[in-house]
This record gives sequence, C-alpha cells and structure tokens, in this order.
Amino acid sequence: MASKRKNRLFKWHRKHLLGLRELSAEEITYILDTAKGFEQVSTRSVKKAPPLRGKVVVNLFFEDSTRTRNSFALAANRLSADIIEFTKKTSSVSKGETLLDTARNLEAMGIDIVVVRHNAGGASRLLSRNINACVVNAGDGFCEHPTQGLLDVYTIRKIKGTLNGLKIAIVGDIAHSRVARSDMWAMTKLGAEVTFVGPPTLMPTQVGRLPVKVSYDLDEVIDKVDVINMLRIQFERLGGNPFPSIREYSHYFGLTVERMKRAKSDILVMHPGPINRGLEMESEVADGQNSVILEQVTNGLAVRMAVLFLVNQAAAHTSR
Amino acid sequence: MKVILDSEQIEQILQDLTTQITSDTPPLLDIAVIGIRSRGEVIAQRLSSRLSRELGKDVPCGTLDITLYRDDLNSPQGNHQPRVRTTEIGFDIDDKIIILVDDVLHTGRSTRAAMDALIDLGRPKAIKLAVLVDRGGRELPIQADYAGYKSDAAPGELVQVSLMESDGEEQVVIE
Repeated sequence: MASKRKNRLFKWHRKHLLGLRELSAEEITYILDTAKGFEQVSTRSVKKAPPLRGKVVVNLFFEDSTRTRNSFALAANRLSADIIEFTKKTSSVSKGETLLDTARNLEAMGIDIVVVRHNAGGASRLLSRNINACVVNAGDGFCEHPTQGLLDVYTIRKIKGTLNGLKIAIVGDIAHSRVARSDMWAMTKLGAEVTFVGPPTLMPTQVGRLPVKVSYDLDEVIDKVDVINMLRIQFERLGGNPFPSIREYSHYFGLTVERMKRAKSDILVMHPGPINRGLEMESEVADGQNSVILEQVTNGLAVRMAVLFLVNQAAAHTSR
Repeated sequence: MKVILDSEQIEQILQDLTTQITSDTPPLLDIAVIGIRSRGEVIAQRLSSRLSRELGKDVPCGTLDITLYRDDLNSPQGNHQPRVRTTEIGFDIDDKIIILVDDVLHTGRSTRAAMDALIDLGRPKAIKLAVLVDRGGRELPIQADYAGYKSDAAPGELVQVSLMESDGEEQVVIE
C-alpha cells in the first residue's frame, strides 16, 4: 500500500556476535552507524537510556580484564539492563563446573545476554549453540575479540572519515593476539590494507593465508602507514624465547620517539591496552599528539552499547 | 490515494502555526524548536526560521531521535527494526519553552517517547506539541497544543507527509 520511500531495507538479524570474520562490510558499517547514536548518551545530564530495561546481562569472564569487562558493564547499565558479574576465581568453576554447565545455570535464572571471555578459541560459539540467550564474544583464545575490532575501526573512521584506502600496520605479538585478527577482518572488509609487523617467532604459523601483508622490519613500514596499532607482548601466553631480550625487542619493534619522527604527521597511534610502557611503546608516544588510545576506550563504550542493543533487537524480533 | 494538503496549504499551515506560537509566547522567555526524526526535523527547521524572523531573535533548532525510548522495542509484534540515529541538540534545553514538532500525531506513542527523551536531556520550562496533521486515533492521553490540520483518517489508512527537503515533493496524502 505505502508508496515505498527510499527506506534502507537492511535489517540486523544476528542475536549473537561471535566474530567479525563472518560479518559483511554492510553489517560492520551498520554497527558503527548505530554506535554513533549511542555516543551522546554518555555526554548528557542523564547518562542512561531505557532500551534494555528489564533485561539481564551476564559478564562471564574466565580471563582477567579491566577495559572490556568494565566497558560492557557500563554499556549494559547505560541501556538500563541489570548486570551480573561472574569471575572464574570466585565462582564454582574452581570446584570443577564446566563452561556449559555454568552458562546453563545462569540461564536458568533468566538471563538475556551473555558476554563471554574465555581462553579457549570457539568458547563463545559453543555457548551460542547450547543456550537460548544472546552471546557476545568478549575474547576467545587467539581467535577473535570482535568489539575491540569494532571500536578500533570506529575510532579510525571517526577521525579519518573512512577506512577505504588506508594503510594500517599492526605491530608486535600477532601470534597470540585475537585483537589483531578481529582488526584484520574489520579493517580489510572496510577497504584498508593491513600489514602485520613483528619478529617471525611472533607471527601466526599460517599467516600467508590471511588477507594481510607481512613485514619483519618496522622501519620499512613506519613512514608509509596512516594508522599503527601496537600490541602488547602477551608474556602470560608465551612459550620458549621468541626474542633474545626485551631490550632487543624494543629496539627493533618498539614505537619510540625517534621512530615517530619518520612517520606521517597525521598517523594515528593505537593500542588495545594494557600498555607495557617502554616496551612496545615509549611513554612520550603513548601520551603524545598522535595517540588515540583513550579515545579508543571512550568509543568502546558506544560500540558495546550498540552491540548489546542490536543482539537484543534481533532476539526480540526474529526468534521463533 | 487522496491528497489532503498541497504545497500551498502546507505553507499556509506553517504560517498559521508560527503566528499561534508567537502570540502564545511571553516575550521574555527563551523558546526553542525540536523536531522528531525524520519529517519532524524538516518541519522544525522551517518553523524555527519563521519564528526567528517573527520574534526578531534566534530560535534554536534541534533534532531528536526517539528510537531508544520507543515502547515497542522489545515487543515481538513490532515487526520493523528501528534504526538508531543521532540526537542533535546543540543548546541547553533547561528553562526553555520547547516546541516539540512532529509531522503526524496519531497514537501519541512517539510523543510520549519524545517527552521521556527530552527529560533525560534536562528540565525545560515547558514542552508544547506542534504537528502538521492530527489524524486522531490516540492510544495515550496526549493532545497537540498546535495542530495545523485535523484529518479523520480511518484506522487502517496511512497519512503520509512528503516534504521537499526529505522527499523531493511537497504534499500530504491519505492512502
């Protein structure tokens, strides 16, 4: 009946956000556009809106986290959801309860969204197949950390306008980094060219199959990129000795004031946190003009609000 | 499809609304116009420039996205998926008379959502509702302070407002 106005027909239909690999560029852009509408909730007098009123979100974290966990909790609060905090250390997991049993028991209490971080790759996918609640991956093993990938591209898009045609370096411990993987999927889908930079011992074994360039020399890359994302060395996951000494690593792969002199003047310096100052990045660079590290954290809140909102919408409108 | 207002009539209605609002507004109070996305936004912009001219002072204009305040977000019947957009209000609404603008007043649910959204932004002196078309069919106890045109559309009918800025043509139809 209605003469069709130029309504965009795109509809978000995923009740889980498990990774960015499976998302289309259109879906990623839709999340970023939605996040834009959530930014102002945090800047006004009442920092709360009602769309998740009466919903329960569980933060199910089997690994430590500062940023992601608090960011999801605050995002849920700002959408008026109730939040349950679950930590491995203080729960019955220490008595031998499995991931699925833990989740099913929480679900029996009537929860709507599970935000899960786990050291095993695929944990969130396993959960999504076995419970009815929405599942949002907050980091699984070395696989994905989708909301970090989203907030990284959100931050870049906000400042640079677009990802299309940008050259981006991701530097450091690529092998153990789920951030590098989620970043890679989001950035390349939106049209950026991504280069992984680091010592061969910290590259994923099958890196040739990924849609990225690879470089073992930061000095060869530093003057060509528009964005540089520095990763932390994940000492807690390292086996053996991937490099001779911390000093040597910093010398070759650290982002120093000296190296920054060769970079483009408008390069964006990013870091997913936590930073090991003086190791992958000198303090002057982390706190310098080109650094958008704290903007990333601020934007992360809007992005997570958008994700919680969208998965809940999908569950409300498309379920059986 | 029946055309109930053409561009000339719309123009006349906007002028009438401007006159009414002007005569109602005590000269010392600050007034601002806020439109509900998306057609309300266009009407609000037109009203704000007319009011600025009439009152001889700047009447600021903002845009409100009410998606997060809708009451059908979690109801399975609400079949279409609303798109979250930005609220753009570049001024403080505290102690101002806010003219809330929408294209069509129907159930009153959008107005309820808009009032809740506004209250989260501050404490206006008053909120007044101005609409281009009041088509009846209220489901909440809400009435317009300024209604440009009253139409008696039947429950299943659709009142559709097209404006030059958003739709490239200027008319109101019932279909």
